[in-house]
Amino acid sequence: MQPEVAIDLPRPAAAAAPLLEVSGVTLQYKTKEHLVTATYRVDFQVYRGDRFVLLGPSGCGKSSLLKGVGGFLRPVEGRIVLNGREIDRPGPDRMMVFQEFDQLLPWRTVRQNVLFPLLASGRLGRAAAERRAAGYIEKVNLGKFAHVYPHMLSGGMKQRVAIARAMAMEPDILLMDEPFAALDALTRRKMQEELLQLWQDTRFTMLFVTHSIEEAIIVGNRILVLSPHPGQVKAELNSHQLGHGSVGSGEFLSLQDRIHGMLFAEQVEQDEVGHHG
Amino acid sequence: MKSGTMAEARGNRAGDPGLPPVRPEFVRAVGDAGHIGEIRRPLSIWERATNIASVRRMFILVVIALAWQAYAVPLNNPLMFPSFSATAAAFWDALLAGGLLLKVWVSISVLLKGYVCGIVIAMVLTSLAVSTRIGNDLLTTLTAMFNPLPAIALLPLALLWFGLGDGSLIFVLIHAVLWPLALNTHSGFMSVSETLRMSGRNYGLTGLRYVLLILIPAAFPAILAGLKIGWAFAWRTLIAAELVFGVSSGSGGLGWFIFENKNELQIAYVFAGLGTVILIGLAVENLVFRTIEVRTVRKWGMAR
Repeated sequence: MQPEVAIDLPRPAAAAAPLLEVSGVTLQYKTKEHLVTATYRVDFQVYRGDRFVLLGPSGCGKSSLLKGVGGFLRPVEGRIVLNGREIDRPGPDRMMVFQEFDQLLPWRTVRQNVLFPLLASGRLGRAAAERRAAGYIEKVNLGKFAHVYPHMLSGGMKQRVAIARAMAMEPDILLMDEPFAALDALTRRKMQEELLQLWQDTRFTMLFVTHSIEEAIIVGNRILVLSPHPGQVKAELNSHQLGHGSVGSGEFLSLQDRIHGMLFAEQVEQDEVGHHG
Repeated sequence: MKSGTMAEARGNRAGDPGLPPVRPEFVRAVGDAGHIGEIRRPLSIWERATNIASVRRMFILVVIALAWQAYAVPLNNPLMFPSFSATAAAFWDALLAGGLLLKVWVSISVLLKGYVCGIVIAMVLTSLAVSTRIGNDLLTTLTAMFNPLPAIALLPLALLWFGLGDGSLIFVLIHAVLWPLALNTHSGFMSVSETLRMSGRNYGLTGLRYVLLILIPAAFPAILAGLKIGWAFAWRTLIAAELVFGVSSGSGGLGWFIFENKNELQIAYVFAGLGTVILIGLAVENLVFRTIEVRTVRKWGMAR
């Protein structure tokens, strides 16, 4: 049990301005009967090269926050600023990887799926796009499957394609909405390792949503813990020193317990309120 | 983890009747599978032939033809129910001498004009319906109003407006194609998954490009079903319309062929005309639509 990937990296000069600045963001969405407040005045900053994790139980608005950054959901209060520009619509500078396997276009092969956003957004010319797509498909170890349609791939492979597609755009920030949640435990672990390896290679910035404490600690270098109904910031913790290699170590377990305590305490409080009311 | 092993150890020692027995572990080397026998066996010719859908369907057609012949020959009433062989002979004769092909061509050329116009209008209406709320209401209301209305019921009006000719036929054909196709396409658009929509918008696609590059391919199974239904409706409407007023442009179409032969009591030729309608339907379904299906939705894994 020794660390395979050295996750511990000195932060770039802390004086650098944040890449993404979320300040006082309240998000609301409508269901058929209700107006639901998903998050209430959430603040956080993501710096270039961060693997920033939004962690919380279901109903804490972490996915809504990601959709807000993606431009799919307008905040009713507060601002989301990326690279000094306020976000007002979806765009290819923030590529999203979803949990669902049906995010790939079924009528395009793996290669065409990776190629499509590059061409559709007019980011690259044909030849350059082809080269870059091939490179990223190779990076996620799908070179042999480049000409296969998505329905013939396993869940893990589909997620790899989605990651390759997002990374090939070389966006300012990668938005990952529980990308490994629907995978089996073995595949999930493998994908986490590959993702960290990719990060080692290219040092992208990502915002990663999960409800798994373990995944948050392994994948992230900084964890934003959110409380549910509505989502509010509970804590921001560091986990850059921890990775796959440190699972089960004292430091890992104590951080896991700390986060568990934060989320669990909330649960107890709520239960008590429920009993009294 | 720790408590589990403890419970196991306790179960072993105390022999608690509620716990399963502790069994010895074993590890086995898996050897060569050669002695198991057939692992992969090629299928026999019979098994392979019956796996082909067209062979099975051909078989059904042959059975129908045989049953027809077996019923019609002892009946011996060519005026009411000509046999399969008499129908086939009439078909052959009409094909060679009676100008059946020309009549088929007249029908199909009118049909295609109406079909294509119907598709274009349906696409415009559904694109409007997915992009604006009022367009959505418009389409929903119009389909609810006109879809139940049989196209042939509009023929008297069409004759009044467009006169005797292709114009009125095309009008009723558009009516026959437009509503079922629009309805299917629209429900196809509506059922495109939210993830796919968000992916498309994530690429920065909007407006017409979004409809063309994301919605239409994603809804293609439903669109294809709509095209098939529209084709069948158009075909029916056309034959019925030709039966009603026959000659539109010089020679008349397939419906006119059937009508004419009925008047002359050439019932075998009436059967041959009906058979031609069926044959064209089968050919379009199996050659055109099947090919499109295999090359698109099946290849993409969106339909079995």
